Amino acid sequence: MTTEKTNSLENILSTAQSLRWEVGVDFHEKLTESIYTDAAQIADRATTRPKEKPRFDFDRTLDKIITSKTWGFPLMLLLLMMVFWLTISGANVPSSMLATLLLDTGHPFLKGLAANIGMPWWLDGFLIDGMYMATAWVISVMLPPMAIFFPLFTLLEDFGYLPRVAFNLDNLFRKSGAHGKQALSMTMGFGCNAAGVVATRIIDSPRERLIAILTNNFALCNGRWPTQILIASLFIGALVPAQLAGVISALAVVGIALLGVFLTFLSSRFLSKTWLKGEVSTFSLELPPYRPPRIWQTIYTSIIDRTLVVLWRAIVFALPAGAILWLGANIIIADISVAGHLINFLEPFGLLLGLNGVILVAFIVAIPANEIVVPTIMMLTVLVTGVTGVGEGAGVMFELESGMETMALFQAGGWTLLTAVNLMLFSLIHNPCSTTIYTIYKETGSKKWTWVASLSPVILGFAVTFVVAQVWRLIETLL
Amino acid sequence: MTTNAKDACETCPIHDAAALKKLGVEMGNFDYVVALAGNPNTGKSTVFNALTGLRQHTGNWPGKTVTRAEGGFEYGDHKYKLVDLPGTYSLLATSLDEEVARDFILFGQPDVTIVVVDATRLERNLNLVLQVMEITSRVVVALNLMDEAERHGLQVDERRLARDLGVPVVPMVARQSQGVAELLQAVSEVANKKTAFKPYRVKYTSPELKKAIEKVSKEIEDAYPELPNAHWVAVRLLDGDERIIEALRKGELGDLKHGDIEQRTAQLQVIGNQ
Repeated sequence: MTTEKTNSLENILSTAQSLRWEVGVDFHEKLTESIYTDAAQIADRATTRPKEKPRFDFDRTLDKIITSKTWGFPLMLLLLMMVFWLTISGANVPSSMLATLLLDTGHPFLKGLAANIGMPWWLDGFLIDGMYMATAWVISVMLPPMAIFFPLFTLLEDFGYLPRVAFNLDNLFRKSGAHGKQALSMTMGFGCNAAGVVATRIIDSPRERLIAILTNNFALCNGRWPTQILIASLFIGALVPAQLAGVISALAVVGIALLGVFLTFLSSRFLSKTWLKGEVSTFSLELPPYRPPRIWQTIYTSIIDRTLVVLWRAIVFALPAGAILWLGANIIIADISVAGHLINFLEPFGLLLGLNGVILVAFIVAIPANEIVVPTIMMLTVLVTGVTGVGEGAGVMFELESGMETMALFQAGGWTLLTAVNLMLFSLIHNPCSTTIYTIYKETGSKKWTWVASLSPVILGFAVTFVVAQVWRLIETLL
Repeated sequence: MTTNAKDACETCPIHDAAALKKLGVEMGNFDYVVALAGNPNTGKSTVFNALTGLRQHTGNWPGKTVTRAEGGFEYGDHKYKLVDLPGTYSLLATSLDEEVARDFILFGQPDVTIVVVDATRLERNLNLVLQVMEITSRVVVALNLMDEAERHGLQVDERRLARDLGVPVVPMVARQSQGVAELLQAVSEVANKKTAFKPYRVKYTSPELKKAIEKVSKEIEDAYPELPNAHWVAVRLLDGDERIIEALRKGELGDLKHGDIEQRTAQLQVIGNQ
């Protein structure tokens, strides 16, 4: 810029400065008032209101119930329960059909093909037993629940229910010293934590935004729902008679999700009392009108946008993970495979937490995507226990026709109810996936807060599972 | 003068809508940049999807779009790049999403800005329209959710509204793809400068306020003759808006020439990276 321009700019700025004082301190108010007055006038001239009010206002009546102090929370829980019950009971059949197709039929077919063309054993193992099986497992386990869960969730969103959830939670967030809008970013986190972290941009105050970013991980995300649903239906559902199993498993998953919400409040409160002290800002949350959901469009977009995107992500990460696991299981050092060494190394610590070495290794392998936790556990358990149903080599993701066989596999791996419960807890309370960590870094621009966001949940997860394991074992010895 | 059927067809907006080519994310070499603004939850993303053929997830959810989404479409021999801005109630306040929206309209200098308006909440939505019109006069108002207005027994007179605002107003039900053809027609007319505007300016009732704004905007016009919105900049300076003062100091605002597409694209990327 030329000096002349700089001079004239400074002149303008000083003119503005002095005129501002002449107008008075309420300049900003006068300004907004003028805009509001004009907007009101124009709107009024263009709109004709009905003389009679409609006798029955559907939206208002519905809002009174949905956001009422008495019915708001029970209704919310009931809806969540229903969504999970539909997901759990609806996913079983297609899941086992996919397993039959991809695992029972597809795997032997490919093995036969490889043998026919004379593929060397290591390439055959690496490609088919490693990469193909990992992917097939991810698809058969994850696709059916996602294809039911996401459209249901999206229908609720399209209808306008989610902002009401935020409305119900708003007060609790404010009491925790956080911003009420955090209810919205948390709800987004139930889909994907990386998206939830980006959604915190709607929060104006940097302090409250940071709280929302740091605690978003406690909202159970897409990648973790399948783990919860699977483990709950195998272990928790099995505790009760078959006709109650679906409801009880759904209850367990809702319980974990609610624990996550509770932890969000707790950690928000902790942060706002310690490192992130400050005033709570006020805002007004607008409740959008209820809109009849466009059912087919919603199902279409949620299958394309969510189900397939999440599935694709899982496959992309399962392919190399399957390969690495196969290599880890087949590269032998001192009579034990590399994976075996790692598992043995982590086993004592895992048992201390009521978990085991396999689970801890799986959580390390699954840092890029939580989606592959269970498939990895399955593959590693086969390797450690040496259970081989169809005589495959080590490191093959095991073929499972029904839940009972999965169960048998877990039991062979030394699992108890405690292992299952603590796996569900640890799946809720551990580090965010690498995508989320990267997003947190981009949004906060701070290495320090990224470290805090990544490490503190793991430490908390260790603490929680440790305490649960000790108390559980104490009760067991007393009984 | 004879009018045959062919001419009549060609002047009808529906005729050209058939020529809408949804380009999705392919948007190299665009001729015009169109910004999509509006209050939260008015259906901006639905309009965005209808024009670009993209399936950006839409939700009944205020504040769903917090970043900018971009897509392209082709209409009547021209390629348009459409930028979906975060939903905001005003352009005055300080939150990040409002800043993203304002900076784009201000520094990105789109050829057309579509403001999607909720017909059932006209008054509050017009606040934003008036503020956008202070920055740019190249505005098309998409009067969306006309079906809901009807359901609530409201009648909105779009012609009256267009006359008062001085910019094109297109009634729409974007969820059912109603009004898309008319919107495209209005956008292309504004982009190709076929529409003569007389955009409404907010009347500042307080005399001191009015005098102060006039004085400062006169000085700005003298110093930066190529700036299209001296009046708005004057208001921001009087309000003590640090971001605008900084932009003037750095030469981001005054030295930006409208029409230089390459420069503007570079500018867009700078904003996008912030």
